[in-house]
Amino acid sequence: MTQKIAVAAEHTVKSFGQGKASVRALDDVSLEIQSGEFFTLLGPSGCGKTTLLRLIAGFEAPTSGRILLDGADVTELPPNRRPVNTVFQSYALFPHLTVAENVGFALKMQGRKKPEVDDTVARMLALVKMETFATRKTAQLSGGQQQRVALARALAPQPKVLLLDEPLSALDLKLRKEMQVELKRLQKETGITFVFVTHDQEEALTMSDRIGVMSAGKLQQVATPREIYTAPVNRFVASFIGETNFLPVTPTQGGARLGCGAVVAAAGEGPVLTIRPEQITVTPVDAVGAIPATVDAQVYFGTDTHCHLRLSDGERVTARIPSPAMGETGVGIGQRVGLVFAPHAARLIRE
Amino acid sequence: MSRAEDAMTRTATRNGWLLSTPALILLTLAAAGPLLIVLVYSFLEKGQYGNVEWAFSWDGWVGILFTRDIFDGTLGLADAHLTIFWRSVKLSLMTTAITFALGFPTAWFIATRPAAERGMWLFLITIPFWTNLLIRTFAINEVLRSEGLLNTVLISLGLIDAPLQIMYTDRAVLIGMAYVYLPLMVLPLYAAIERFDMRLLEAAYDLYASRMQVLRHVILPIVKPGIVAGSILVFVPSLGAYVTPRVLGGGKNMMIGNFIELQFGQGRNWPLGAALSMTLLVVVMVALLFYVRAANRGSNTNG
Ligand SMILES: Nc1ncnc2c1ncn2[C@@H]1O[C@H](COP(=O)(O)OP(=O)(O)OP(=O)(O)O)[C@@H](O)[C@H]1O
Ligand SMILES: [Mg+2]
Repeated sequence: MTQKIAVAAEHTVKSFGQGKASVRALDDVSLEIQSGEFFTLLGPSGCGKTTLLRLIAGFEAPTSGRILLDGADVTELPPNRRPVNTVFQSYALFPHLTVAENVGFALKMQGRKKPEVDDTVARMLALVKMETFATRKTAQLSGGQQQRVALARALAPQPKVLLLDEPLSALDLKLRKEMQVELKRLQKETGITFVFVTHDQEEALTMSDRIGVMSAGKLQQVATPREIYTAPVNRFVASFIGETNFLPVTPTQGGARLGCGAVVAAAGEGPVLTIRPEQITVTPVDAVGAIPATVDAQVYFGTDTHCHLRLSDGERVTARIPSPAMGETGVGIGQRVGLVFAPHAARLIRE
Repeated sequence: MSRAEDAMTRTATRNGWLLSTPALILLTLAAAGPLLIVLVYSFLEKGQYGNVEWAFSWDGWVGILFTRDIFDGTLGLADAHLTIFWRSVKLSLMTTAITFALGFPTAWFIATRPAAERGMWLFLITIPFWTNLLIRTFAINEVLRSEGLLNTVLISLGLIDAPLQIMYTDRAVLIGMAYVYLPLMVLPLYAAIERFDMRLLEAAYDLYASRMQVLRHVILPIVKPGIVAGSILVFVPSLGAYVTPRVLGGGKNMMIGNFIELQFGQGRNWPLGAALSMTLLVVVMVALLFYVRAANRGSNTNG
């Protein structure tokens, strides 16, 4: 790939505390983020997302390992000397300054001339559609407006990399959807590398060029949203993003043998087979190549119906069937049916 | 609200006022009475052996800035008075500056301790307050005098040969006042810093501010109400300080407080003493007004 690497972490370890009480917030994380990319760090609470962001920004020093920006080692540089800006989860707007002064803060600190500062501030406020609020104090703004100001303030000095720590989590659902679109637009327009932190998998899937899934201080998988969803590398990634079924299997040539004896084609390797509920079709029990199962329960969700099924060896499987299709198969509790996996949908993964 | 209810609340209010009338009268008399006496005295003639003659005179007020020549009776600017005023203002401003320079890091230190520890630190800061002012001042005397703690230590360390003459200088007064009034600076500063959102430091640091810029453009403007409060709380009593300059400054290095006392004592010029007191009061009131306005502005912007 000819793309430049904007941010790199090399074998980064970060421990807090000493001895027995020490917490390993980051455990040997290595990562490369391309220039101009919308990169998302996704993971459950406490997995180390904020810690990684703070290492990139320079608020914390790694216990070991290096941080590189544009290929230069910045591990020892303080935050005010890194071409990186942060949109904080709490926004951290300056309460004693107006919206315009907040946005112009970084430029003023850099000693830029007033006309230049004013000009940039006006452009940034236009970018986030906050021109009319320039002279307001930040305490008089709504959450969404504060969020825009925080964004404009971080973008004003034109950083090489923008770090965003769950910037949308304080907003209500509607505003959140709007801001997701807005953020994506801003990222395209400015061409700045975004490193975005969230624990919302849907947000990650819809916005990112690539996603890094984290768990317990470790980077589990880095890939495009589609790859993460269709080809997770382990049980954690598969279960954290979307719903899925896990079945213990014995790998065979080009596939795997289920506990009930059926053999299915599956890519990847490992002792567990995963298949998304929507990739399973329920057929009559005597259909060709169908895996026999018994219907345990079904739950109606409007567009879909979830069928809870049991295989002959007792393993449970959930299938998600579009509701109109349900009428034709006509399943009832206790009925014996057949299951067909969509081609290329089943994957073998590590534990 | 119905008319009956309206009338009832009005009656209740009137009754409330009626009931508190005795207290109000007492308060007014106790607060305004003595002031009124001082005000009246400042416009009377001075008596031969102190006290006042009951005759109207501007002499007390004129005497603040001018003295009458003993021989030809012409008025001339009273240099000695101006020196005392100037010293009072200068020492008070310097005391304020010193307590701020010492108090800000102290308050910052306390405010950034774990919440459970802060109470103990604040208690330590206020301990001197539980001690009598005179005793504290004599303790300083004990440290500063020629054979005192400071000189003994410095000489035994070989840093100086002869004892430093600190006692009975402006410097001694300054040290004493800074020591006595430090808690008055620390407490309001602490209150302001404790409310300060430390995440703003990281935000400023992230936006290319150096440490000095963070201090100047973020911390100081936001804790300004605390700075103003602390400064007024130190400046006002410093300006009227009496015990400290008396004990540590000796008789010569007077401040306004000592000067006023002198008029009611050996000076036997009660009207001048009264006029000086009123002047001091006005200066303090102006300072307080300034404070209230600054504090309001602070709370408006930060609210
Ligand atoms: N300053 C600190 N001192 C001690 N432990 C810390 C510190 N900061 C973070 N940790 C610990 O490091 C781990 C990772 O924390 P981090 O804040 O990076 O999580 P996160 O992924 O951002 O979680 P969330 O989604 O809840 O924000 C947690 O176990 C946390 O308790
Ligand atoms: Mg976090």
